Amino acid sequence: MATLTPPIAIDEREPKLGERGAGRPPQEGGDGGHLALTDFRRRLRRYRIGLMAGLTPVLMLFVAFTSAYIVRQNLGTWDDATKAYALDWRALSLPALLWLNTALLLASSATLELGRRSLAAQFAAESRWLVQARASRSPWLALTLVLGAGFLLGQWLAWRGLQAQGVYIASNPSSSFFYLLTGTHAAHLLGGVLALAYAALTAWGRAPLARRLIVVDVTSWYWHFMALLWVYIFALLHVLR
Amino acid sequence: MGLVLLVVIWLITLVSSYFFYAHTWWLPHAASAAAPAIDRQFDLTFVLMGIVFLAAQLGLGLFVWRYRDRGQKAHFSHGNNTLEFTWTTLTAILFLGLVMASNRIWAEQRFTPPQPGAIQVEATGLQFAWYFRYPGPDGQYGRTKPELEDASVGNAVGIDDADPAGKDDVVSGVMVLPVNRQVDLTLRSQDVIHSLFIPAMRFKQDAVPGLMIHMHFTPTQTGDYEIACAELCGLGHYKMHAVLKVVSEQDFAKWLAEREAEKQ
Amino acid sequence: MATSEQVHVHPAPTGFIRKYVFSLDHKVIGLQYYFLALFSVFLGMGLSLLMRIHLVWPEAHLPIFGDIKPETYLALLTMHGTFMVFFVLTTAPQGGFGNYMLPIQIGAPDMAFPVLNMLSFWTTFLALVVMVAAFFVTGGAPLHGWTGYAPLSALQSSGPGEGLGADLWITSIALFCVASMMGALNFITTTLDLRARGMSLMRMPLTTWTWFVTAILGLLAFGVLLAAGILLLLDRNAGTSFFVPGGLVLSGQIINHKGGSPLLWQHLFWFFGHPEVYIAILPGMGVCSQLLSTFSRKPIFGYKAMVYAVLAIGVLGFLVWGHHMFMSGMSPYSAFAFSYMTMAIGVPSAIKTFNWLGTIWRGRVRFTTPMLYAIGFVSLFVTGGLSGPFLAQPALDIPLHDTYFVVAHFHLIMGVAAIFGIFAATYYWFPKMFGRMMNDGLGKIHFFLTFIGAYAIFMPMHYLGLAGHPRRYSQLTEVSYLHGLMPLQHFITIAAFITIGAQFLFLINLFWSMFKGPKAPINPWEATTLEWTVPSPPPHDNFGGKTPVVYHGPYEYSVPGAPQDFVMQNDPKQYGEGAAH
Repeated sequence: MATLTPPIAIDEREPKLGERGAGRPPQEGGDGGHLALTDFRRRLRRYRIGLMAGLTPVLMLFVAFTSAYIVRQNLGTWDDATKAYALDWRALSLPALLWLNTALLLASSATLELGRRSLAAQFAAESRWLVQARASRSPWLALTLVLGAGFLLGQWLAWRGLQAQGVYIASNPSSSFFYLLTGTHAAHLLGGVLALAYAALTAWGRAPLARRLIVVDVTSWYWHFMALLWVYIFALLHVLR
Repeated sequence: MGLVLLVVIWLITLVSSYFFYAHTWWLPHAASAAAPAIDRQFDLTFVLMGIVFLAAQLGLGLFVWRYRDRGQKAHFSHGNNTLEFTWTTLTAILFLGLVMASNRIWAEQRFTPPQPGAIQVEATGLQFAWYFRYPGPDGQYGRTKPELEDASVGNAVGIDDADPAGKDDVVSGVMVLPVNRQVDLTLRSQDVIHSLFIPAMRFKQDAVPGLMIHMHFTPTQTGDYEIACAELCGLGHYKMHAVLKVVSEQDFAKWLAEREAEKQ
Repeated sequence: MATSEQVHVHPAPTGFIRKYVFSLDHKVIGLQYYFLALFSVFLGMGLSLLMRIHLVWPEAHLPIFGDIKPETYLALLTMHGTFMVFFVLTTAPQGGFGNYMLPIQIGAPDMAFPVLNMLSFWTTFLALVVMVAAFFVTGGAPLHGWTGYAPLSALQSSGPGEGLGADLWITSIALFCVASMMGALNFITTTLDLRARGMSLMRMPLTTWTWFVTAILGLLAFGVLLAAGILLLLDRNAGTSFFVPGGLVLSGQIINHKGGSPLLWQHLFWFFGHPEVYIAILPGMGVCSQLLSTFSRKPIFGYKAMVYAVLAIGVLGFLVWGHHMFMSGMSPYSAFAFSYMTMAIGVPSAIKTFNWLGTIWRGRVRFTTPMLYAIGFVSLFVTGGLSGPFLAQPALDIPLHDTYFVVAHFHLIMGVAAIFGIFAATYYWFPKMFGRMMNDGLGKIHFFLTFIGAYAIFMPMHYLGLAGHPRRYSQLTEVSYLHGLMPLQHFITIAAFITIGAQFLFLINLFWSMFKGPKAPINPWEATTLEWTVPSPPPHDNFGGKTPVVYHGPYEYSVPGAPQDFVMQNDPKQYGEGAAH
């Protein structure tokens, strides 16, 4: 835009830096550790932004499912026998096992958070003192894996239970949505489990701590999102029965 | 090159505008009560958008020729906020005005229930034909059942014999209506989405399976008007057509009576 | 420098597979997307030519292909739309040029997540393979249109191609959704996090802005399409009834579903479908802005307004989906609301058009081939856009919905204007990508034939629609009032032959110039943005290890007091008044 600054003579000036890109200028040489920390923070930030962006479509997927859920539940179709619109939604009685599964998932979120913090503290110590800490033997990641796998197993058992009662995906729209929502969620959580397994394995490997921490950090936020998403799905299935 | 562009853009604009202006191909002759208002709104939109079309295209052609590189210095400017504000506001007023005027017509047609005394007709679409049902003297449609739908035995709509209300229902492949009387049309579909489109009536409405959709219109001129299907419904979509015959009140009563008599 | 370390720029790969197949270099990936789209557009054009032949010569017996039966026509129609919308318009502008140019334009050595970038391309490729496979399975490709309305698309017995062909179609689209989401994630992270020093958001070229906003739209819209696709697959194969109501009888068979809603599909599909068309057009608008400015030697008129207009289009694009459903049986009150939002979105589009004209005004226009395409874009966008206000009014949509008027509208905007955006980008960036110039004479002939040809094809379709000619009719022999419209249909088919033929000029020019074109200088257009500061083609890490620093906005042309009529964005000197911004 035409600004009101008076004409300026041609000269070399400090660049007009915009709000972004104007971050701390990189240090040249010497302070390798400091550089590494800056580098790590930048990379972590980048992966977190990527994760937030990546979770948006997942959110939209479940927003779309929710909207379909509400519409389908309240929609009648014309029944010429009664000359009226009829609703065919029958409330589903949710397997009690889901409560246990929820507890397992929330616990796994807690253990993963503890694991992430412990790893972060280890990294901070390493960066500050420039000493290579011993490979962590913290049990948190492994515990999370167990709890997460437990959740998935529990979900599968819940489905089996429903099937034993003759409730399948096509039995009623309520059961269709039950299988759909829990199944899609489980598929996404499985992805998280695989990512965690990768992180756990690389802990035993020789991957640099920074890389392990980034993987665990990103996976933990993903995992927490999945836990919150599950709480939401569970609430939806209960409240809008 | 600037001149060539100007000529090409101007020619395309003027030739195509001519055909719009001359109504060489245009909306078909209108024969319903709702049509004049729609056609008027159409003309208004057409004139306004036509002016914008001419101005923008002729302007584009003019600019590219006028400001071709002849060694002049380009005018350095990042824009003009006053102009931005002005043309944004004018555009908003134009568009808002248009849609407000149009929605009055929409409201009149779609937010009002049918008049008492309107003829009742039920239009059912199926792959690939339309059937029109008249409820007969009792004014009630008989119950239908999907399992009874069978055009080959003359029961395309699936009327249930067990329902006495259906005994006097008349089903026809031709839609016959009396002139100057509103019709309360119910649209249904037996399989996929179809759409009842009667260009001369300025009428279109999708027939959706699972829904009973009520619409109304009033034919104002006698004659035969073609009905086309306007929603892709499968292989035979292109040949799913029917005819609307608008006749005088007496002719309609005669026709209906003859059809009722046939059923005995 | 810092940027090179912060992004783990993989060292330049060796070996054919690493360099050209599973490359992590955004430039190679961009070209891979481009060539995938090039294949798809010729396939899509071929399908449309067969359609045009069948419409006017329904008894024609073609060599190799044989007869075109009604179901074939509908399959051609479905696949034409699907290939063009997904594999051309959602691929070439964004995955192709966006991938190639966005990192360079913001001063980055690569995308934020190169491995993810590579995966997103190969998932798109897999989606293409699955889609093409639909032609070859029993029953062939589906016939339900690219919009796939249920119950037609939800019932395997509703027509040929609605069996395995339709399942493959849905699967392909689902894969495409996943690929797009991966790509969008990359674009957003890159734009937010990898800009060079001095490259503030309000100094980004408008091309970068449109790729960025398009990615946001994709992120929000594709998840919903994926949801719809999953529900449709379940209805088709698992016996659920999301979209299929009860009491249906198809070909004498009672259908065993109940309670679903066909309108639910439409809502979900169009919630995605409307932002999708903005995804298709926004990058073309960015390219148009960039080129008009470069070749008028003037800053873009109203840069900030352009940015806000793009953002407004993005936001409003999510609030208008119901305008595809005015006749659907949806509540007329909803139609009321959607029509206001739809008219509203015409306003930012108008602002952009005014600003394009304002950019040319008092400029110094250079008629290079890319500029011709940018000018053509404006003309076509105006024409296609102005049929919008007709369709946005529900009362006027009554005679026009599902007629050729709608076909004219979206083809002019997507099928031509957006394609012109791709052509413009190709002729503009070809020198940078391949280090050679395309043939200008051939380019100009291609432009005029395509410009005039496109109008000849699609302008008459307005007239057809006004006369009440419905769309998706595989034959025009049955409905009587269509008979009088046959001459127009003939005209359109002839125009299509010529226009499609002209595209081979482009193909020849493209491939010949890649190998034999005259060598291109580093900045043949005398343009200002960062991609014109690096060699043609750019080295693996774009900036040769040096991060650029940005001192100017993107369109500083004809700045008073500057030695040349353009100031590169990374020029450390300040010039004249108005340059400090």
